[in-house]
Amino acid sequence: MTKILYFAWLREKLGAAEEDVELPKNLATVADLIAWQTTRGQNFAAAFGEKNQVRCAVDQDFASKTTPIAGAREIAFFPPVTGG
Amino acid sequence: MRKKILIAEADFDPGAELEALNLPGAGGIASFTGTVRNDTGNLAALHLEHYPGMTERALEKIVAEAASRWPLLGCTIIHRVGRLTPGQRIVFTAAASAHRQAALAATGFLIDWLKTCAPFWKREEFKDGASQWVEARESDEEETAKWK
Repeated sequence: MTKILYFAWLREKLGAAEEDVELPKNLATVADLIAWQTTRGQNFAAAFGEKNQVRCAVDQDFASKTTPIAGAREIAFFPPVTGG
Repeated sequence: MRKKILIAEADFDPGAELEALNLPGAGGIASFTGTVRNDTGNLAALHLEHYPGMTERALEKIVAEAASRWPLLGCTIIHRVGRLTPGQRIVFTAAASAHRQAALAATGFLIDWLKTCAPFWKREEFKDGASQWVEARESDEEETAKWK
């Protein structure tokens, strides 16, 4: 199982801060995972659709679309950061 | 190097933080304090959210990067979370070094990188009850890119 976390408006749109998910074995990268997320229902399709710039962290390090997710324990999705 | 990284709801005392950076050998102590702006007069509060665990890791990396670029004696990052009203302090970065150039440059570096490389998010709460997430600004990315 992989823990997936959601922050800011992603959490609000999905109505969940975290979930434990059994990811399909054929997902290799963050881009694959995002594509899979859009197939999980209307909320997910809206949140992960192309018009939204969703950012990702794999095991608490910023990730890119090509970052591998094999063996990841914790994956987070969130909007571009706005701290400071 | 003396290092302090703190994420907290509570306010902080910039004077006390600067005093703590008055370390042996320090000849320059610089700091930046960010507060909640209210440009339009319609803002009731900002809500600051972060990713516990990753935030600390990200700030550690930013401090390590600063320490690799300048000869720092001390480095402090404080970021508040939760509900903050206009005028309240949000963020504090500071650096101490033997000379002013390193302290000033490191302070600017810390706040520029924090804005684009640490997982914080702001939501605006308006006086009429409406609310919206703050969008990231390209200008912040550009400020960070200047240091690359």
